[in-house]
Amino acid sequence: MRLQARRLVMLLIGLMASPALWAEWAFNMPKGVTDLSHSIYDLHMTIFWVTVAIGVLVFGVMFWSVIFHRKSRGAKAAEFHESTLVEILWTSIPFAILVVMAIPATKTLIEVYNADDADIDIKVTGYQWKWQYEYLGEEVSFFSNLATSRDEVNNLRPKNTNYLLEVDEPLVVPIDKKIRFLVTGADVIHSWWVPELAVKKDAIPGFINESWAKINEPGIYRGQCAELCGKDHGFMPIVVDARPQAEYEDWLQAKREEAARIRELTQKDWTMEELMVKGEQVYDKVCVACHQANGQGIPPMFPALKGAPVAVNKDMIADHIYVLLYGVKGTAMQAFKEQLSEVDMAAVITYERNAWGNNTGEMVTPKDILDFKKTGKYKGQEGKVPEGGVK
Amino acid sequence: MSDHHHGPAKGLMRWVLTTNHKDIGSMYLWFSFAMFLFGGSMAMVIRAELFQPGLQLVEPNFFNQMTTMHGLVMVFGAVMPAFVGLANWMIPMMIGAPDMALPRMNNWSFWILPFAFALMASTLFMEGGGPNFGWTFYAPLSTDYAPPSTTYFIFAVHMMGVSSIMGAINVIATILNLRAPGMTLMKMPLFVWTWLITAYLLIAVMPVLAGAVTMMLMDIHFGTSFFNAGGGGDPVLFQHVFWFFGHPEVYIMILPAFGIVSAIIPAFARKQLFGYTSMVYAVASIAFLSFIVWAHHMFTVGIPLVGEVFFMYATMLIAVPTGVKVFNWIATMFRGSLTFETPMLFSIAFVVLFTIGGFSGLMLSIAPADFQYHDTYFVVAHFHYVLVPGAIFAIFAGVYYWLPKWTGHMYDTALSKVHFWMSFIGMNLTFFPMHFVGLAGMPRRIPDYNMQFADFNMLSSIGGFMFGVTQLLFLFIVIKCVKGGEKAEAKPWEGAHGLEWMVPSPAPYHTFTTPPDVK
Ligand code: HEC
Ligand SMILES: [Cu+2]
Repeated sequence: MRLQARRLVMLLIGLMASPALWAEWAFNMPKGVTDLSHSIYDLHMTIFWVTVAIGVLVFGVMFWSVIFHRKSRGAKAAEFHESTLVEILWTSIPFAILVVMAIPATKTLIEVYNADDADIDIKVTGYQWKWQYEYLGEEVSFFSNLATSRDEVNNLRPKNTNYLLEVDEPLVVPIDKKIRFLVTGADVIHSWWVPELAVKKDAIPGFINESWAKINEPGIYRGQCAELCGKDHGFMPIVVDARPQAEYEDWLQAKREEAARIRELTQKDWTMEELMVKGEQVYDKVCVACHQANGQGIPPMFPALKGAPVAVNKDMIADHIYVLLYGVKGTAMQAFKEQLSEVDMAAVITYERNAWGNNTGEMVTPKDILDFKKTGKYKGQEGKVPEGGVK
Repeated sequence: MSDHHHGPAKGLMRWVLTTNHKDIGSMYLWFSFAMFLFGGSMAMVIRAELFQPGLQLVEPNFFNQMTTMHGLVMVFGAVMPAFVGLANWMIPMMIGAPDMALPRMNNWSFWILPFAFALMASTLFMEGGGPNFGWTFYAPLSTDYAPPSTTYFIFAVHMMGVSSIMGAINVIATILNLRAPGMTLMKMPLFVWTWLITAYLLIAVMPVLAGAVTMMLMDIHFGTSFFNAGGGGDPVLFQHVFWFFGHPEVYIMILPAFGIVSAIIPAFARKQLFGYTSMVYAVASIAFLSFIVWAHHMFTVGIPLVGEVFFMYATMLIAVPTGVKVFNWIATMFRGSLTFETPMLFSIAFVVLFTIGGFSGLMLSIAPADFQYHDTYFVVAHFHYVLVPGAIFAIFAGVYYWLPKWTGHMYDTALSKVHFWMSFIGMNLTFFPMHFVGLAGMPRRIPDYNMQFADFNMLSSIGGFMFGVTQLLFLFIVIKCVKGGEKAEAKPWEGAHGLEWMVPSPAPYHTFTTPPDVK
């Protein structure tokens, strides 16, 4: 019995005293995998212990009084009520502690701000509600969406360990290289945060913020958008896949080849059935968050596409293409030009014109999209932002 | 004439037309309690949704409306009006004045509020729902991307601002002009001092908030681009303006609490407040510093290094005067003769838990570490520690301290202690685990989360429900006390000091029609 009690006490003390254990239990800040994240972790623990020490002292005196200076014990109140000396002491000692804390904090801050001489530049753009990564100078760029299925969110299927922290395409980076992130936002403000890299930078439209990381260990590091950005703010995770340089280069090469393959697909002759299948996939991945699976949207914020003139009138096909390519400025409807290939674009338009009872029987092909991009016209029709939007 | 005391008018019109500081004080307090329950019920929706991972009860958009409205209602509807109510009741009695200096304006500042909040609550039923962009309403989420009801929200904020500014002018005019002979500034109770300084803060920053929402209005309806980068504007400008208001605002919510606690601790320690003068200077320095730290809410927006360093140092500095206050309270208790009536229990809890909130605040001031804390549940834990056991516990303490004076009855002390302990446990159970999930990586304002955060969130929810239900007990205790109870003496607390205890309990409708003599 006594032994067990002793063990329990030891465990508790161990728990409180050992930062390493804390980290494992996932109730402390992760130490992270960059030198900078280590410095920040150390700062965090130092200031934490400073507050603990002050707390023990201050609360100690307080509880001493509460226990021993109570009237029921016959305590008589003393008379003193001021002392300039004590006031000076308890103004200057905390001040001195702060000065001591400010030194390492400033050093680390300067380090955080030194994004010069990077080996790789990656532009990170926050969209409602996904991230775009562009490898500057490498001609590789893609979007990264939440991969968790809606069924898991709606409790129709068991949740996997990486629930809400998994994406369709992670950001792949090499280890031991100084990576500079150029962070911006396309619509509202987001914030790109990966705790293990100790990088959190707001993604603000009209600004490009710099941040950097040099990752020491290969691995998968997960994070989330940290600035409220609308309805699906909780559903735009970040996954960083850090690999050795050689593997990273292979991946880059594969990525470029994939892009070439997709370009070829534009020239293929697509059938209605193929486009509908593909279109549904694209819709469920990219459009569903706003326009909803049944095409009815969430008016007035997100308009319905079911029965919408732009999706059923033959003379508005050009508008349909236009709005997808260029979006509607100042609304959540973003420009999908960079985001979707010609094939995806054609497929999703065809899908929207034939799903949910929009049975127009019309088909828009990848070549039509390519033509539209070149001439601004679909079979002679000019495109513009369709009437009937929210504003 | 001096002994002709006419009582209040009868019926509903008494409350509509009253210019009596006690009536208006009571209305403020009842209104703020109603808002506390309204904002609290939204917190219950939030905690119920977060009870488990997965979406169970509400849609994400509605969840965002709940977090937004919870914050707005608690800040502008519950905490601020409660302090104004206490100011109305107590400041004239503490300085020996017959009433507030501008009684008609006083009536008006109160009666604007119910309309402002009715308007704001009605947005929840409008097409597209109510405000869903957080109580900080960052542009452009609150402008180009906002629901149509935002216009009404802006109007409601304007109304609240007008009400606060008028209330603040009244407090300043009363304190500066209506003090009884002999009541010099450095003899004023700290509650009066803290309110005087708070009122200046209000006058300084409420117009800034009004400016921010007006710019939003222009962006939404008149084609300007103050906050729209696409039109040459600057979304970060919004944050600078908002936090220039917002940081002093958090002190507006805590300085009067300092005043209340500084009255109660000496009363139940039976010992004069330690370091009165240093307390006054500490409050004034905190108020001054509150104007030069706003960007510590924006460490991650990409301000230049020098700016970052400046705001880090200024923020760390706030720990010094705040520390002085805590040390003074403890020195007051040290070698006193302590008893633990309910006001004292709430005040001791205030000192301990507010200090914990101060500690996490100090951690947040370290800019590099803030990159990891910012916009996570760690921040949610921090500001709930300074607001719930800070502002709200101090309000409870004040109510339990002065309720016998207001009603002429003693309240049910046993029940009030149950209220304290349940609130204390519920509050810690709700907010302490939030430190852990925040550090472990859970962002704030999300309706759903990964399983690694599940256990702590469930604990928080259980604590939240407990805290919420307990407040109905408070309502019961107050109503019971208003209706009847043991007769309270003029000075029900042995160690209490101050002019308010010289008048009978309940305080007559008019007090100090001839000023008392202050020695
Ligand atoms: C982030 C939310 C969001 C996403 C994702 C989104 N949309 Fe939209 N969409 C909107 C909004 C908001 C509008 C209304 C814009 C306006 O005010 O005119 C809109 C308008 C439209 C319109 C014009 C409707 C009309 O009646 O004028 C079409 C067509 C459309 N979207 C198709 C799509 C397709 C296809 C996708 C997927 C590739 C998609 N949207 C993804 C928000 C979104
Ligand atoms: Cu986001």
